[in-house]
Amino acid sequence: MADQAFQEISPADFFYRNKEIAGFANPVRAIFSAIRELMENSLDATEPLGILPDIYIRLSFIDDNEDENLFVLRVEDNGSGIPADYVPLAFCQFLFSSKYKLKQSRGTFGLGGTMTILYGQITTNRPVKVISSTGAPKIYEYTLMIDIERNRPIILDRKIYDNSDRWHGTIVEISLEGDYSKAMPKILEYLKQTAIVNPYANITFVDPRGRLYKFERTVLTLPPPPKETLPHPHGVDVEMVYRIIRVTKCRTLLDFMQEHFHRVGKRIAQRFLDFAGFPEDADPRRLKPEEIVRLVQAMRNFNEFLPPDANCLSPLGEEILKAGIMKELEPEFVAVTQRKPSAYSGHPFIVEVGIAYGGKVPSGEDIVLYRFANKIPLVYDESGDVSWKIVKSINWRKYGLMPGMPFAVLVHICSTKVPWKTVGKEMIADRPEVSREILNGIRDVARQLGIYLSRKERVKREKARLSVFAKYLPKIAEFSTRLAGKEKMPDINEILRRARRLEED
Amino acid sequence: MRKISFSAREKRKEVLAKLEKFGLELYEQLEKGMFPSITMPSRSTDNIYYSPELRQYVLGDKKVRRSASNIRHLRPFAQLVWMAFFTHELTQNQKTSTLRDVFYSAQAYDISFQDQDESDNIITDLETILGCTREDFNVFPEESSAVFGDLTIEYTIPNYEGKRLNLTSHPDGVMIGPALTSAEFIETSADKVIAIEKGGLFTRFIEERVHERFNAILVFLRGQAPRSTRYFIRRLNQELGLPVYIFTDADPWGMHIAMVIISGSANAAHIRELTTPDAKWAGVWASDIINYKLPSDKLEDIDIKRLHELMRDPRYKEELWQREINVFMKIQKKCELEAFSRYGLTHVVDKYLPQRLKELED
Repeated sequence: MADQAFQEISPADFFYRNKEIAGFANPVRAIFSAIRELMENSLDATEPLGILPDIYIRLSFIDDNEDENLFVLRVEDNGSGIPADYVPLAFCQFLFSSKYKLKQSRGTFGLGGTMTILYGQITTNRPVKVISSTGAPKIYEYTLMIDIERNRPIILDRKIYDNSDRWHGTIVEISLEGDYSKAMPKILEYLKQTAIVNPYANITFVDPRGRLYKFERTVLTLPPPPKETLPHPHGVDVEMVYRIIRVTKCRTLLDFMQEHFHRVGKRIAQRFLDFAGFPEDADPRRLKPEEIVRLVQAMRNFNEFLPPDANCLSPLGEEILKAGIMKELEPEFVAVTQRKPSAYSGHPFIVEVGIAYGGKVPSGEDIVLYRFANKIPLVYDESGDVSWKIVKSINWRKYGLMPGMPFAVLVHICSTKVPWKTVGKEMIADRPEVSREILNGIRDVARQLGIYLSRKERVKREKARLSVFAKYLPKIAEFSTRLAGKEKMPDINEILRRARRLEED
Repeated sequence: MRKISFSAREKRKEVLAKLEKFGLELYEQLEKGMFPSITMPSRSTDNIYYSPELRQYVLGDKKVRRSASNIRHLRPFAQLVWMAFFTHELTQNQKTSTLRDVFYSAQAYDISFQDQDESDNIITDLETILGCTREDFNVFPEESSAVFGDLTIEYTIPNYEGKRLNLTSHPDGVMIGPALTSAEFIETSADKVIAIEKGGLFTRFIEERVHERFNAILVFLRGQAPRSTRYFIRRLNQELGLPVYIFTDADPWGMHIAMVIISGSANAAHIRELTTPDAKWAGVWASDIINYKLPSDKLEDIDIKRLHELMRDPRYKEELWQREINVFMKIQKKCELEAFSRYGLTHVVDKYLPQRLKELED
């Protein structure tokens, strides 16, 4: 048997061979994904750290090339910056990330940014330029490429500048192949929807034809930053428990359970170990593989663990969501609701729902739905998403609404582990715990809109009613006066006043 | 020659008084700070009855109330008050207006009608409230029929007031329009009225001097007679005491033209004084088709359906009608007035007419 059949491939090589997983299947999708990935890295480098994001994105044609399919993408942020020594690894090595902890963030493994750089490299054979500073006295500029086979960064150049202004942030500039004209509608839609859920960000985009799109900050408050949290016993698998055992300092299972799992206290740990049939003083490091499997199964089946706490989540909050909707959709009416935290399989999540009506809200043939996961707009594959299914199942007439009217539904789910339907990360799966929250959230805001609409209709009817009186009563008075041969018109103001109070017939 | 008393001027005064009273009632309600309202007989089909005494359809006791406090009544209410005001102006100034004119005139007063049907309907409301016809307040339909014969009339309309005309003056007949309808009858030598459905025979009768040979005033109905013509025929009958004979095609539709002159229509149940109960349908009868061997056509399904309706109609219960309906059903034939021409152009005047008039006078 040939050696190469069992040849190990590096993570970089793996992603190189499976570009579509990360959204780089074709030039249209690739340019969209490149902007999305770099922008989300920028948002993650600002907002959770308490920095109001200023993000500048420029896409331009490569100067010396008339080929309209080759672009330079430059994304600048005012984020925390990356310590100089980590820059090459952070950008040019797969599965190196600051995100291997449990808290809500946009990306998970830092895969997207590296994938973008890899894609740029393989389509243009040009390096990436990264300029970053943490606010230290120096700014570092790296010119890097990825050694795909070995999954290692190659440093082509490194420059150091003075940072007297104490600037902090990161600038990434890559070259890539793409099809901007076809991707443009989705990119603009993506930016607009990003602005909806990030109204505290200034986002500027300059496209290859020099058109400027500005999404300006309208609120100065940031969502509460997520706290790091331990894994919930319902949400772990055998591999994760293995890894924890490898690093644990605990000598007893009783300590182990309390030390490494979310919301497990002494009493619950005791009850659980009793339930699972393990002695409290067993040494976790001496568990046999089949015992670990049994332990994990018991964790899944034990019903007395407390539900996961939601403080590892960073929902927008009703104020910010409302502000975002007002800013980008300029509706006549908006209602938002934040559902109580809930959990599926040990993963906490919060659903936030908004509804916007009238004003500049677009009206399509079908209902307009904006979907978000961890503050990221999902603009592809709408029809496969659980929210779409729910939106289609609702009897909108009950709320005085029907498709074609100018109203939009917004659904935001945030979780430490978004229940994706596929690896493409564009569709939320139909988990009963999640879909129940979405449905109830939509019902809640739809009811508020329904009340608004019926009140508005009532006022309109009342106005129309009064205008009928105001139009015809004077006519009746005028002509009966003339018919009766009288000089003076009777005073009808009192009757008109009474008409205002008359109940509707 | 007989001299006849004036009546048109009296009628005009009466109508003006009714309109003013209507206005005053509303005015007083408004003065008291009330939402004005009016009550009038209902014209819905469940309130229309046939009166054997009056030999016409009449309205029953059901009333409807229109109130300005009801938002759905407001618009028609305002239209009605305007209509009363407008027709008062017309009548006072002795101007006339067609139904169509009225519809357009409203716009000058910022009163809107969706279409002419709506304004016609308000006119009918006003007729119902006042108990008189729209012709009384000088509103006329477009269509018009004609009259010919020795009757001298005197106009009452402005510019012609006092002028007289003999209705033999024009060989085509004189149009029965607003001026003639409101004219006073001065004198006549006629002793009967012959009303004819179709223009061809009307002209033939004039050419054959039927008016002289039979001492008749000839009226051209032009199909289903307009209300002004029915009113005119009634006046000839009531004011001059002339018997009325009606000639139509021999089919259910012709019969009904005669019947509407005699007993009126359900649509005009709110109006008296439009019918001529003593007028007679003089032909062409179904039995004439057999007796005079007239050329005929086969009855069509729609004719037969109509005959079944008429058979059950309370206006048709008298013997002559029932008999002729049965003959129609039996022979399944119909024929037109012009069918007599088969025996020469003068046959109808020389033979049929004298025979029929004799039969009916006996």
